[in-house]
Amino acid sequence: MKFKKVVSAALVAVLAVACMSGCGDNKDGQASAGGSGGDVVKIGGIGPVTGSAAVYGMAVKNGAELAVKEINEAGGINGKQIEFDFQDDENDAEKAVNAYNTLKDWGTHAILGTVTSAPCVAVGEVAQADNIFLLTPSGTAVDCVKYDNAFRVCFSDPMQGLESAKYIGDNNLAAKVAVIYDSSDVYSSGIYEAFVKEAKNQNFEIVAAEAFTKESNSDFSVQLQKAKDAGAELVFLPFYYSEASLVLKQAAGMNYAPKFFGCDGMDGILAVKGFDANLANDLMFLSPFTPTSEDEAIQKFVTDFQESYGDTPNQFAADAYDGIYAIKAAMEKANVTPDMSTSEICDALKTAMTEITIDGVTAKSLTWQSSGEPSKEPMVVKIADGDYAVVE
Amino acid sequence: MKQLNKTTKSNLLTYGMVVALFGIMQALVATGNVSSLLKGLLVPLCAYIILAVSLNLTVGILGELSLGHAGFMCVGAFTSAFFSKCVADAIPFAGIRYLLALLIGAASAGICGILIGIPVLRLKGDYLAIVTLAFGEIIKNIVNILFIGRDENGFHFSTKDSLSLGLSPEGEVIVNGPQGITGTPQDSSFAVSVILILVTLFIVLNLIHSRSGRAIMAIRDNRIAAESVGIHITKYKLMAFSISAALAGIGGVIYAHNLATLTAQPKNFGYNMSIMILVFVVLGGIGNIRGSVIAAIVLTLLPEMLRGLSDYRMLIYAVVLIAMMLFNWSPKAIELREKFSAKWKRGKQKEA
Repeated sequence: MKFKKVVSAALVAVLAVACMSGCGDNKDGQASAGGSGGDVVKIGGIGPVTGSAAVYGMAVKNGAELAVKEINEAGGINGKQIEFDFQDDENDAEKAVNAYNTLKDWGTHAILGTVTSAPCVAVGEVAQADNIFLLTPSGTAVDCVKYDNAFRVCFSDPMQGLESAKYIGDNNLAAKVAVIYDSSDVYSSGIYEAFVKEAKNQNFEIVAAEAFTKESNSDFSVQLQKAKDAGAELVFLPFYYSEASLVLKQAAGMNYAPKFFGCDGMDGILAVKGFDANLANDLMFLSPFTPTSEDEAIQKFVTDFQESYGDTPNQFAADAYDGIYAIKAAMEKANVTPDMSTSEICDALKTAMTEITIDGVTAKSLTWQSSGEPSKEPMVVKIADGDYAVVE
Repeated sequence: MKQLNKTTKSNLLTYGMVVALFGIMQALVATGNVSSLLKGLLVPLCAYIILAVSLNLTVGILGELSLGHAGFMCVGAFTSAFFSKCVADAIPFAGIRYLLALLIGAASAGICGILIGIPVLRLKGDYLAIVTLAFGEIIKNIVNILFIGRDENGFHFSTKDSLSLGLSPEGEVIVNGPQGITGTPQDSSFAVSVILILVTLFIVLNLIHSRSGRAIMAIRDNRIAAESVGIHITKYKLMAFSISAALAGIGGVIYAHNLATLTAQPKNFGYNMSIMILVFVVLGGIGNIRGSVIAAIVLTLLPEMLRGLSDYRMLIYAVVLIAMMLFNWSPKAIELREKFSAKWKRGKQKEA
């Protein structure tokens, strides 16, 4: 009994020390922040760098860090250097709020994040209460930009579904369309719903809508067979490339060759290991960004990114890169200085965001509406001879 | 203090510890000495403490392994968040709404516990672990295909997508499949959560030291002996298990009303979470309620406090888990601890 008491007392002591040391660290952080507060612009980032969605978080982190490095080398924002801190949220709403609070303690001036949708909604709620400016590079759910302090770089889910349906209809790609989607995924089901809604106004008919879930994402023969039986000429695949590569392989295996159409998650399919690029020929997808584009700015971004991280950037990296430049442009427009309070900066950026135009890697002359949505035209990319090509 | 018996003293120590920690935190918050990170962690901490204490009732006192505690938490979280969102306009008083949400969350999780317990707790062996594991996964998947909307004609249900709800233009989707419930009113507060911890401790500790609690522990220690003296095995097992489930539901209610968005991911309501709560219980000491409270606090704070180490924090977390496990359970460590405590006792006697 006594011994147990000793152990519990020791544990409580350890806990108390842990708490205090944690607080101490934070206070030190704040103190040093206060000391150098006038000199640097602090931009925080939130996204998953561990766990199953880490690949998106890492891309955003790298893209943003590249932009920060470039801006700092070119003289910073209004002559002030940027300090960038990226916090892990493990793609979990609760951890995202913890990450947000960590950034708040650090004294962040604006936040680039979060990368994924559900954490973004949770962070949006607390950031609105604190009035901290939020720009999500890739949070596609509608509610991500519910409040006026939140903006996004990417297209929203409904926007992608709508544009895909319009494109298929306008170009008379098919009369009978099948959709396969991931019902356990926010991104995929969001696009699917908007696509079905818009399809009613278009000249094609949805003959099959088949769902799969994260637990059953390796065998698509049932879904493909249904699409084939229904006579679909085009199959719409609003999900990520790793599953899409399996769909293409299995469709070829059952001698079913409809047209395939995807969304921005399809970007990267040619890099899948062991995937026969010929299978992807004539695959079309909506994308805000193609690394093979001949545009000068994009080429520079792609080569710099490859040099720094040894990897071809995907659209997440591109969105983050543009996001940092958008924050820079808005801060310069509003004449933001680091000695202003975070709330003042947020109010200034809210108006400035709607007034700026940036030439980014995801779009030329990118502008924002006060609703937080970007105004940009989606590009349609078609794969030909094992390479991406933009369809005019 | 001399008149109080040992259990009362030990119980008072547990309550006192929670109240003292609450007092310290409140004082620190009031004087502005707490980082926003820690402030944001207070309510989730309370939820995890309740979950750990309630699981300890099943694992430590009843002696059955449950691997689906996150499933009960999920039931409590979603039913209460659904309720709160539906009545957000009808009941503007957050206090009453939250109280009702707590009752609904606890009741629905408790009913699920009874439904699972009735067939499974009649069996001998590890069947409860298997069934609860399945239950947790089933609940998570059901929530992910559930669509519920509301318009002027009442509620609409679907398991396909939100379009097939057939809502009128004014209707709103409340539960949106994998996107879950967004916009739950944030009614959870630290003070109320601490009161709920005390209520949980009160229920669990009093149950343990009651006649029923002794019956439950008798079943754990020797089922045949307990049966032979006329203890109704299934009844007492069911009692402990359903109370544990209902308390997990309360943990879920706190969790759901702390965040603006509620989705059923493997991370927060799946197998991972069930195991994490089990880790709190095992490392805190099976059957030791105070230990569960301490382990829940330490292991929830640790990865957040290590944020400064960025890439290494998960590594250090894992190392700490292993170290704690060795300290608590390895025979050599126990031997060493006993040696030290004997020395300490001898030293004290000499002083006296």
